[in-house]
Amino acid sequence: MFTKPIHTKLLLGFLFIAALFLPLYVPDSYMFQIVITSLLFAIATSSMNLILGYTGQASLAHGAFFGVGAYVVAIMTKAGWSFWIALPVSGLVATGIGFFIGLFAFRTRGHFFAIVTLCFGVILFQVAENWIEVTGGQNGIFGLDSATPIPFPFFGPIEFSSQPAQYYLVLAVLLLTLFVLHRVVYSIFGLTFMAIRNNEELADALGINTFATKMVSFAIANFIAAIAGGIYATILGAVSPSAISIMITFNFLIFLILGGMATLPGAVIGAFMIPIIMEFLQFMENYRMLFFGALLVVVIIWFPMGFFGGLKTINQKIIAWRQSNTSEDSNA
Amino acid sequence: MELFLQQLFNGIMFGSTYAIVALGLTLVMGILHIPNFAHGHLYMLGGYITYFFITNLGFGYWYSLLLSMVILGFVGVVMERIVFRPLTGQPPINAFIAAIGALIFLESLALVIWGPQGMRIPNPHPQIIKMFGITMEAQRLLVVGGAAVLIVLLHLFLKKTTTGTTIEAVAQNREGAMLTGINVNRVSSMTFFISSATAAVAASFLSPIFILSPAMGAVLGMKAFIIVILGGMGSVPGAILGGYFLGLIEALGGGYISAEYKDVFAFGALILVLSIKPTGLFGKQEG
Amino acid sequence: MLKVESVTKKFSGLVAVKDLSFEIAKGQIVAIIGPNGAGKSTAFNLITGTLKPTWGKVTINGHDITGMQPYRIVTRGVARTFQTTSLFDQLRVIDNLMIAYKWRTKLGFWNTLLHLPSWKRYQERAFARSIEVLEFLGLTAKANNFIPTLSQEEQKRLAIGVAIVSKPQLLLLDEPTGGLIQDETDRITELIRKIRDEQGITVCIIEHKMQMIMGLADRIVVLNYGEKIAEGSPEEIKVNPDVIEAYLGGELNA
Repeated sequence: MFTKPIHTKLLLGFLFIAALFLPLYVPDSYMFQIVITSLLFAIATSSMNLILGYTGQASLAHGAFFGVGAYVVAIMTKAGWSFWIALPVSGLVATGIGFFIGLFAFRTRGHFFAIVTLCFGVILFQVAENWIEVTGGQNGIFGLDSATPIPFPFFGPIEFSSQPAQYYLVLAVLLLTLFVLHRVVYSIFGLTFMAIRNNEELADALGINTFATKMVSFAIANFIAAIAGGIYATILGAVSPSAISIMITFNFLIFLILGGMATLPGAVIGAFMIPIIMEFLQFMENYRMLFFGALLVVVIIWFPMGFFGGLKTINQKIIAWRQSNTSEDSNA
Repeated sequence: MELFLQQLFNGIMFGSTYAIVALGLTLVMGILHIPNFAHGHLYMLGGYITYFFITNLGFGYWYSLLLSMVILGFVGVVMERIVFRPLTGQPPINAFIAAIGALIFLESLALVIWGPQGMRIPNPHPQIIKMFGITMEAQRLLVVGGAAVLIVLLHLFLKKTTTGTTIEAVAQNREGAMLTGINVNRVSSMTFFISSATAAVAASFLSPIFILSPAMGAVLGMKAFIIVILGGMGSVPGAILGGYFLGLIEALGGGYISAEYKDVFAFGALILVLSIKPTGLFGKQEG
Repeated sequence: MLKVESVTKKFSGLVAVKDLSFEIAKGQIVAIIGPNGAGKSTAFNLITGTLKPTWGKVTINGHDITGMQPYRIVTRGVARTFQTTSLFDQLRVIDNLMIAYKWRTKLGFWNTLLHLPSWKRYQERAFARSIEVLEFLGLTAKANNFIPTLSQEEQKRLAIGVAIVSKPQLLLLDEPTGGLIQDETDRITELIRKIRDEQGITVCIIEHKMQMIMGLADRIVVLNYGEKIAEGSPEEIKVNPDVIEAYLGGELNA
């Protein structure tokens, strides 16, 4: 039902090998840091893609769930817990908060849903800023240890203090995320998400519990976003309210829209390329956001499917053209 | 009692600002059925334009206010034309994303021109007035009075002039208005002009009291949105009442419960109302 | 099988459907007819849960389904189509069908993620049933097409197919031939008959095209101003004076 053509498989294999050897070609540690955070953003953007791109629900609290993950990991590791326990807990906490928010937010649709989730996002930001005893207020929490080493027989423990180790950790989580999303999206279960995006009333009339389905999509998305945030906190060694601010959501949104909504590679391409492009545009300083703001408008008007969606549309047009040709033949 | 009166007055002052900004937004949302999420950022830009005329060019306060109004009105028209009009008929989520693009653009623009630090317009009316045991600057009184006058003028415009009644007709029933042969594009431009111009007035009133910063549009825009949703899209009385109501909730909640979480009260009220009535307090019933 | 008892719906004071009662027996094709605005679609929406009745009761095989949410009513074996052809136009033909079969399966996040044997079984079952329906519709060649590439008639056929893929007991069709020409209407009529005869599904249909209804329906319910004014076989309806008056004569003989 959902098989991929051979050339796609070859390309994916090539990209995987390239990703494995990437650390050999990174010029300096500064650039390496950017590559690592870009991959983290790719994880979070991919999960935003599930709720926004595939399910059609514009959750503007997504950055807040990223931040929740970062804070939970920071608070727990500071209190002496192992990173490997704190990380899944951060995902569960975000899923729990998301469930609570969803109870309210999924009663609304469209713009209203976007506004309600945005409000919840800002509330979470304000909590991070004002609940000083727990979150450290404006200063945040700093001096975090890097991820707890994993003991490994014969080879000694795997440590996560070096950049290559962090890179492979993030790459592994990204691949796992893409694996999960791929399984979901290319299944009948995932088709119900797209059904809701396409026509919620019809989905309801065809026996799909739209509320529960949206909630599941939201839960998966929030869990993954928090995991990305949790890793972000250990790699930076600190967390501050900026990790939970609305700008994080807007950044993910820019990555997703420019890369290509509702396509798995689009989110990754956007999240990976744009921070690197931004780095090359360093000389433009504040003009960069001016540029990306305008670009967002241009893309959503003229290329609503983004960079990868554009490629896909061309491909689909070719398929549709072939289909209409063959059907004419069969009619004749 | 004095604290209460002071908070009450502050609440009315903020409420006046909210009412004006929400009024502009409700017309735009009612007419175009698109969420102009950048409305708060237009307000911010209006404040900076007034600042520019007063500080850089040495114009008087009232001249600057008037110029800011006209200039921002045209900014609004341009925004409607290039950002929102191409998206009519597209999924609503696209217009929302475009609005976010526009607000990022406007905020960065202010950042590039004026920098991140706060700016203050010299207070044109710093006299202190004592009334009912509370003291206030004349400028604060001007905010309250000026807003009331502006609201009455807008109300008269919408009710008594042909242009105004057309706008309200489209705001309340776009499809019906199109059937009667109203040029919806022209009405859209006009509405954007009015809504942006009034936002500029609100910003010019308030910025001698509070500092201007590129980030100030975001929170105000969200609050205006909340008011519009609660008051009903396209409803003028809903926006006015909602504006004053929110101002009062915040001032009293901030004064008596917690100043840090002042903004949370507004968001909390919205979430509560929407979860009980998903189409807003006075929203049109679907189906 | 389906029993509608004194169902009434008011919209802010206006009565859209008033004290409507009728029954549909298994294996029948029942038509609901009436002039524009007679409350036919409202009656459908009340049965399928899109609207909640102000009062009255709807039961299917004795189970009360009044005021249930639409997605739950489907699981009781009542499927419907919409007046404006409703399909997921961003997805392929086969996807549309499989989505509609999903509630018959226990496909969820965990078995999908882990590709458990149950996942494979349900996916295959949904796929097989979708292919079966495509053959029944005569659309097998279009399985992987996107919806906009289908003709209007093909879309109407597919919309009916999407409704029957989960094997409902009762199928409610809201103007299934609206906007089609005579030839196409005849083919859809044939399809509806086949659905009853070959799939064993009871059909309730709203239509404007009198000639088609008179040839197809076993029984007809006539609505006017939200009230039932007549019920009976096509022959009885044809000569009923109330019906003829409601239609201002003429049209029934067309």
